[in-house]
Amino acid sequence: MSLSTSSQIAKHKTQSINRFFASHPRLGLGTLLSGPILWLLVVYVGSLALLVVSAFFGLDEFTGKATTNLTIGNIEEVISESAYRLLVLRSIGIAGAATVICFMLALPVGFYISKLAKPWAKRGLVVAILLPLWAGYLVKAFALRAVFEPGSEFGDGGFLKNTIGWSPGFGYLSVIITLAYLWFPYMFLPIYSGFERLPESLIDASSDLGAGSIRTFFSVMMPMLVPSIAAGSIFTFSLSLGDYITVKIVGGKSQMIGNIIERTLLAPNQPLAAAFTLWPITIMVAYLFVMARLGAFKNL
Amino acid sequence: MTSKAKPSSTIAISLREVRKTFGEVVAVDSVDLDVFNGEFLTLLGPSGSGKTTVLRMVAGFEALTSGSILLDGEDVTGVPAFERDVNTVFQDYALFPHMTVLENIEYGLKVKGVARDERRNRATKILEVVQLIGFADRKPNQLSGGQRQRVALARALVNQPKVLLLDEPLGALDLKLREEMQVELKSIQQRVGITFVYVTHDQSEALSMSDRVVVFNAGKIEQIGTPQEIYEHPATSFVASFVGITNLFSGDRAQQIIGRSGTFTLRPEHVQISFDSSQTGLSATISSIQYLGAESRVHCTTKDNLKVIATVANEHLSRVVLGQLATLVWKPDAVFEVS
Repeated sequence: MSLSTSSQIAKHKTQSINRFFASHPRLGLGTLLSGPILWLLVVYVGSLALLVVSAFFGLDEFTGKATTNLTIGNIEEVISESAYRLLVLRSIGIAGAATVICFMLALPVGFYISKLAKPWAKRGLVVAILLPLWAGYLVKAFALRAVFEPGSEFGDGGFLKNTIGWSPGFGYLSVIITLAYLWFPYMFLPIYSGFERLPESLIDASSDLGAGSIRTFFSVMMPMLVPSIAAGSIFTFSLSLGDYITVKIVGGKSQMIGNIIERTLLAPNQPLAAAFTLWPITIMVAYLFVMARLGAFKNL
Repeated sequence: MTSKAKPSSTIAISLREVRKTFGEVVAVDSVDLDVFNGEFLTLLGPSGSGKTTVLRMVAGFEALTSGSILLDGEDVTGVPAFERDVNTVFQDYALFPHMTVLENIEYGLKVKGVARDERRNRATKILEVVQLIGFADRKPNQLSGGQRQRVALARALVNQPKVLLLDEPLGALDLKLREEMQVELKSIQQRVGITFVYVTHDQSEALSMSDRVVVFNAGKIEQIGTPQEIYEHPATSFVASFVGITNLFSGDRAQQIIGRSGTFTLRPEHVQISFDSSQTGLSATISSIQYLGAESRVHCTTKDNLKVIATVANEHLSRVVLGQLATLVWKPDAVFEVS
């Protein structure tokens, strides 16, 4: 008896809550989104804003702590120093190279899985390609370190050295290969779904109008895949550009923007490190802008 | 094909015992068909009857399981789609979305290496034929369904193929536009003089446009004939009931009503409803009336539960009352035996 009344009361309560939100739709939306909005403002926007602002802070030479004496000295330094500029260009080159490799691999693989593979094989192949995403980043980087290890008078070489007698060693080439390996699924997925979205009838139509498969690929499929390629490249490029751990593991003495930021931060010179971060931020904003023009966000 | 005798040259496409299976499923079962030059031929059938598969095999998108296809007397069975002198208008139009109308239309010519000036010339002419002058620089997504349809048609026709294949091209259009396009398609076909092979499941479309109709069922051809032959003298009970509506009598019913054994078809427009009790005929009760605008369809039921449909002009509809006992009358030559 008492059980049934209490459940009746509970029912009555939810009913009145439902009615309240039904008659106050704005309040309902506010309740739904207030948590996420707070999170986005503090964690996403807040931290970034703080970072940008702190780039203009001065440094107390004795304590190594940031002071609120505003200066543009940090910005000037990261822009004018030619060694830094070279480092930025090199980082762009590495991220670009990794992106191109991912693209060159993802295109034929995506085409094969989407258009040629048997339906039952498709799912398995896609899962197989995405599988490495679930393995730890460090595990994969160290696995490749074991592959590239050139060996020295103190220790044995890695897999490549022992099997084919040659290894790229630790340097930019290994960094590029490792980054391409790490981020490949991010390029593959949009390209694959781009192929999936491509209607079969367009390929038939091109063939019907006299075009062979190569012509069809370049005249019909590629132009329609540009948004997918652009979307994929945003991932591979930005993830590569911001990376600094891969460089430490397989890069030997190589350096990217991330490494200089880390070193400056630990120097410690937090304001200068913040100023350095403006480089990748600016580059990515410019990159996103160009990719948006290519339609990268059309299929979101 | 060594001889270049006239009779063989009037055949545009020949299908010889064409068969296609998908795994266990037989989609097309030993089809023999000749398509004449310059005719408007329609492949008509319900979905899954194999008509689209036949079209796709002629286009070269689908390989034959066995049999052969001859195009202009030449065996093209193993020839890939891009080397066949046929063009297709697709059900979903399949326009290239990243190209303008003009680029879409010029694509086939460009691929074949036709010079720029001639390309422009032919594209402009064909735009005129399909009444799309002024739309050359639009993208497909800026066009209506009917306009996209015309672009698809122009893109195929500009190549002046031996045969144009059309795969339910009007299926996505609304009724009014579809009827307009039926008239227009027919007149375009007569103007350009190209052989059209048209696939549809819509029997009225097939009857109104075609020179000949091929009725498909379950992967086989049921009947080939002119629209009149198909409608007025259906060869099988399937054709009789698929093309238009009809009354079919078979077995005991046939014996009882027609007085012979076999299967017989009687079109509703040949059934007259009489309320003159002195008239001899089949007595039945009016069980329902379907108002169709121009006319009405009256469903009658005899006392041993046989249903007969009659078409009644609306001017006579006032005499027909639900539940009324009537006498159904028809002329003997309105009844056809089918297999």
